[in-house]
Amino acid sequence: MIINHPLLGPRDAAEFVNRGDACQIDRPDGMTASMDEMHDYAYLRDNPAGEVRELWYHEQGDRSWLVVTRNTLTHEITSVEMARDVARARGRST
Amino acid sequence: MRYSALKILTQGLTGNKGWTPVWREPEPQAEYDIIVIGGGGHGLSTAYYLAKEFGEKRVAVLEKGWLGSGNIGRNTTIIRSNYLLEGNQPFYEMSLKLWEGLEQDFNYNAMVSQRGIMNLIHSDPQRDAFVRRGNAMRLSGADAVILDRDGIREKAPFLDFDNGRFPIQGAIWQPRGGTVRHDAVAWGYARGADSRGVDIIQNCEVTGFQIENGVCSGVETSKGAIKAKKVAVCVAGSSSRVMETAGMRVPIESHVLQAFVTEGLKPVIPGVITFGAGHFYVSQSDKGGLVFGGDIDGYNTYAQRGNLPVVEDVCEGGMAIMPMIGRARLLRMWGGVMDMSMDGSPFIDRTHIDGLYFNGGWCYGGFKATPASGFCYAHLLSTGSPHPTATAYRLDRFRQGRQIDEKGMGNQPNLH
Repeated sequence: MIINHPLLGPRDAAEFVNRGDACQIDRPDGMTASMDEMHDYAYLRDNPAGEVRELWYHEQGDRSWLVVTRNTLTHEITSVEMARDVARARGRST
Repeated sequence: MRYSALKILTQGLTGNKGWTPVWREPEPQAEYDIIVIGGGGHGLSTAYYLAKEFGEKRVAVLEKGWLGSGNIGRNTTIIRSNYLLEGNQPFYEMSLKLWEGLEQDFNYNAMVSQRGIMNLIHSDPQRDAFVRRGNAMRLSGADAVILDRDGIREKAPFLDFDNGRFPIQGAIWQPRGGTVRHDAVAWGYARGADSRGVDIIQNCEVTGFQIENGVCSGVETSKGAIKAKKVAVCVAGSSSRVMETAGMRVPIESHVLQAFVTEGLKPVIPGVITFGAGHFYVSQSDKGGLVFGGDIDGYNTYAQRGNLPVVEDVCEGGMAIMPMIGRARLLRMWGGVMDMSMDGSPFIDRTHIDGLYFNGGWCYGGFKATPASGFCYAHLLSTGSPHPTATAYRLDRFRQGRQIDEKGMGNQPNLH
């Protein structure tokens, strides 16, 4: 698979580490979250057959985190965004 | 029909005209006591033990494709019980004991071959870890032997003992480990279940569950609705997709594991051998092909095919311990969908929906567990309580902080 890095262009997926569903950007506040919220965040996944948004870390490259939209039936990648942009747009950081 | 050497002789002398189909192809009835979803190894063994050990009379297995068309039909066929943790090891040792008596039990030749499994040691800390593991195995009643270099040389003189990066310092050897003819396991269990009255219904896809007020009373299928007192999901890589139709999210991701077979060679690999510094395992089939594999690819997929970086990684692992493998030509390779759980260990449990049960999360190690998984699932379904060796495989174990994390990797399925 080739991941089209927003800053570096097309890179081999072997340079990256996959960290699973991008829902992990939306971490509940540990001080206020309920047991159930924290459990579901850490352990439960949708795991769909089809389009999935997931986190990839460019470990053998510029060490940026990406949100990659990929199809789990065809491996086709349709969109690659910087995870920090996605997180900011969701109010996760400034 | 009971199979025996005499039967083969008499059939051979009479033109082989007396063989009958190994199982029936029934239409589904309107209602069953227990429906098992998934006609793979675990589903068929569940049905077999339900009928044989627990006396259940009205059982059906629903299979989306054809019988044994999932991971039981393509895997690297290794059986072993070399786990460390309390929740796992007694269960896998029970499974190995069931393998040892399986062929007599279901009267079918599954070619169970206890040719031994050898996990190589490449460093001092690894020897400490493997000695500890060996002690845990022996405490559960399993067998484990620590071999030195000479002990390994007797069995596998072709290994690269003085490899520059990964010299071989020893091994942990389980003589009772080995390989099994995987398809025959599915066929043997199917035949044994069918002959005891279990309806095995192929080409029957479950599309939904009948759930009302927290009680599951049946399933919707491509062959119409079927009622059941208990519904037992057992669908491995499709776990998330099936449980989603019941409104449940499960602690599982689906990943791909690739495996490889070379052209047939003369006997060269004595048992199962695994590389300790990377991930590579190899055995030789009775037809002569080297059967080997390594890590999962590391990303979620249902595509049943992997990518080249892992092919390279697996082959490098092979070359590191047995350079002779570089001359073997690959005949075929494939990828199967693995139900990778959050701690690398499986689930055999009831759900919060009454009458709905779940078995899954076997990661890339479900084949060896086939007999015990079926036995323990049948125990849970029939008696209502978990089998003593499978009490730890609960769906709520993360909530309670009772993970069974053999590799100590945390909640990241692609690292288990």
